[in-house]
Amino acid sequence: MSARRPIPRWADIALLPAINLILAFLVSGLVVLLVGENPFHAIQVIIYGAFGYGDGFGYTLYYATNFIFTGLAVAVAAHAGLFNIGGDGQAYVAGLGAIVVALALDQTHWLLAMPLAIIAAGAVGGFWAFIPGYLQAKRGSHVVITTIMFNFIAAALMVYMVNRVLKPATTMAPESATIAVPGRVPQLRQFFSFFGYSPVNLSIVIAIAALIGVYFLVWRTKFGYAMRVLGANPTASRYAGISNSKMIMITMTISGALAGMVAINEVMGVQNRLVLDFVAGAGFVGIAVALMGRNHPIGILLASLLFGALYQGGQELQFVIPGITREMIVVIQALVILFTGAMEGLFRPTLERAFMLYTPEHKTEAVAVSTAKTES
Amino acid sequence: MSQNGPMNPQRPETAAAFVPANGWAIELEKINRRFGDVHANKDIDLKIARGTIHGIVGENGAGKSTLMSILYGFYTADSGTIRVNGTPQAITDSRHALKLGIGMVHQHFMLVDNFTVLENIVLGAEDSGLIKPSLDRARKELNRLEQEYDLEVNPDAIIEDISVGQQQRVEILKALYRGAETLILDEPTGVLTPKEADDLFRVLETLRKQGKTVILITHKLREIMAITDSVSIMRQGQMVATLKTAETNPEQIAELMVGRRVLLRVDKKPATPGKTLLEVQNLVVADDMGVTRVKDVSFAVRAGEIVGIAGVSGNGQSELLESISGMRDQKSGHVLVKGEPLSLDGDDGAARARQAGLAHVPEDRQRMGLVTNFAEWENAILGYQDTPAYGAGPFLDIAAAKKAAADHIKLFDVRPANINLKSSLFSGGNQQKIVLAREMEQDPDVLVIGQPTRGVDIGAIEFIHNEIIKMRDEGKAILLVSVELDEIRSLADRILVMFDGVIVGEADPATATEGELGLMMAGINSKAAPRGLGIAEQGPLP
Repeated sequence: MSARRPIPRWADIALLPAINLILAFLVSGLVVLLVGENPFHAIQVIIYGAFGYGDGFGYTLYYATNFIFTGLAVAVAAHAGLFNIGGDGQAYVAGLGAIVVALALDQTHWLLAMPLAIIAAGAVGGFWAFIPGYLQAKRGSHVVITTIMFNFIAAALMVYMVNRVLKPATTMAPESATIAVPGRVPQLRQFFSFFGYSPVNLSIVIAIAALIGVYFLVWRTKFGYAMRVLGANPTASRYAGISNSKMIMITMTISGALAGMVAINEVMGVQNRLVLDFVAGAGFVGIAVALMGRNHPIGILLASLLFGALYQGGQELQFVIPGITREMIVVIQALVILFTGAMEGLFRPTLERAFMLYTPEHKTEAVAVSTAKTES
Repeated sequence: MSQNGPMNPQRPETAAAFVPANGWAIELEKINRRFGDVHANKDIDLKIARGTIHGIVGENGAGKSTLMSILYGFYTADSGTIRVNGTPQAITDSRHALKLGIGMVHQHFMLVDNFTVLENIVLGAEDSGLIKPSLDRARKELNRLEQEYDLEVNPDAIIEDISVGQQQRVEILKALYRGAETLILDEPTGVLTPKEADDLFRVLETLRKQGKTVILITHKLREIMAITDSVSIMRQGQMVATLKTAETNPEQIAELMVGRRVLLRVDKKPATPGKTLLEVQNLVVADDMGVTRVKDVSFAVRAGEIVGIAGVSGNGQSELLESISGMRDQKSGHVLVKGEPLSLDGDDGAARARQAGLAHVPEDRQRMGLVTNFAEWENAILGYQDTPAYGAGPFLDIAAAKKAAADHIKLFDVRPANINLKSSLFSGGNQQKIVLAREMEQDPDVLVIGQPTRGVDIGAIEFIHNEIIKMRDEGKAILLVSVELDEIRSLADRILVMFDGVIVGEADPATATEGELGLMMAGINSKAAPRGLGIAEQGPLP
């Protein structure tokens, strides 16, 4: 190890992620160059597609809504030291809760249907995560294994439920009956014509409320304190009289309920019915979002917007530049995850050294050290 | 003892001109190192004569470890010169330090548990991609080293099967194998039994005889007096003195370390025990593996007395403590606080124990007593997070928690006095004060303390001991478990000796000799105690 100093906080939370992001885009640019397209044009298309006009921005926000929910689900569990990678399955199964309430109440008013659907979707999603939580707390089966297994169970269960239970006899497609207009979650375009035909809806308000709620839960309540003690040091939590098994079960339930909110956005806000695979991998993106957002609501908000933009910009890119296929977009997204998540610490040492050299008060010392090195 | 080595002690005032017979092994000049706002090493000058054992003492946080880390290449000094064998060097990393003949034996061993001794010694110093030639060469070299330094270990034993003392030898051999001429030992006796410590000192003397230089970092003054040729004392990042061991005494060193007069003995009035507050009845406890570690233990602790449980570490004391404090289920038996049996089943037994008025200072503060990556104020409420004092209903009253933390810091003189600092950045003694403050300030009726001063410096030990006595005089029942016999003897009003999960005897600290207690700790309950030569069997503290 050579001479280093801790980098300032602003560099830690802003500069370092920015550098990582730029690097991810540079490497992505090389990939784009390799397939014979102009990377500058590509990035222009992505940015314009994601933020440049109302429809595009609306789509970015719509994707981000899902990612906020799944990102929070992963983050809440992570604070208690649990790695919930079953967000996908939890969100999927939660669709059952949402659709049952929505279909039952779709002749009343969305103001009645939505809160009840939130409770129902949260309960079902929460239950789907509670089982792995229970198995870990009482039987010692690791949630990483069980949650991913529950994703598969969820997929099979939903195929059965949609085809055998929810599908009206009159349709051929594997989907539930359509929710009548009064029970649908209002679209933002009904209030702001700016959003064009994009599907962003009032669920985004729920997402923002969830961000604030999670902040309060984790940092302002006794429960959140206990959760963080458990996550940081399970022996200390036992010492502190915290019931680790109870905490694991409750935390997993909260995590699953958050993932379940995806169903509100998709089922009641966008599709207006329950379709197969409506989660479309949002649960897994949530892992990357939480990783990049460092399990903090603000970070999760920013990371969700980034991934929402990548999703929407990517769609646009594939549309505008046919040479760049859907798979290429996945490669770019993977690179972003790689550089901002997995290799987050790559530039830390360099940055620490750079800050030592270029902050004036340390410069002379640093120079002295490096000269001493060359002399020996 | 200090006359054994070929040594010429330096005197600080004439150090510049004076050169010992064998020359200087290490010379440090004006070493500075800062960590953020903390000036960990301030203009440190230190010269270590070749072929001597040089002790470095200082309280936790005095900068000893930083200084040694700089010497070992783990940190780079901000400024200053290091000379090894008279040549200026800029030590860039530990590999470089090793090349210069500086080896280090860390407090926590850096060994691979499921490798053999030989494999551990070769690890990182292999000759080629193939392991066999390296191992063969190492075996030969190891034989030579073992004979030369009288360091016996079985090269084919698996690390996890050998004792801690043996593991330490492996660490020493590892350094010697890599050609170390100067050996830095960081708190080497912290993990050893008294007998193992004696063996270690014998090894160190052999090393000195063979011309090696040993730097011994410790806070045990007894060890300094017994083995070193000279001693350097650090305080608050500065080198305050370098003395010839033969010309000084423990009181002087302690005073230099702390910066004021220190009482090495605890002053206390005779106990006035009241009614029984803690009672343990026929307690049987198993460890995580299901092995019964506490076997039918019964005793009582009364108000206003300290009951000490002595014993060699690993004889069931940990399980006893954890069971009484509600962290571990008992197989049978009862724990009664103020006559009421505690229900300790389930995994939140500790909460119920606290409600009953039992506070617990755990043996291992970093693993149990603190969440080390929490801010200090967050740890000030650990275990009491659900009490109304720290927030109504489900909400956490951060202001109240911070206020409690600030009060604790003030009352217990925790340094640095910063409630927002990450707990892992406090020194061992200050971490212990954080835990003690938290538990004592809740005004419990029963206080259960494990290893109150493990890894804690002298100044803090004095403080902690006085606080414990103060609690006793306030009429609390205190159960003290410690492997430091001196500590038990000076604090406890009654001593219970634990061996193999059983209380094998009770002793009066005023009359029992160390030899008698030592025999009881070894499972031999006899009055006739032979006296050995090693320092472990020396009489009471100086």
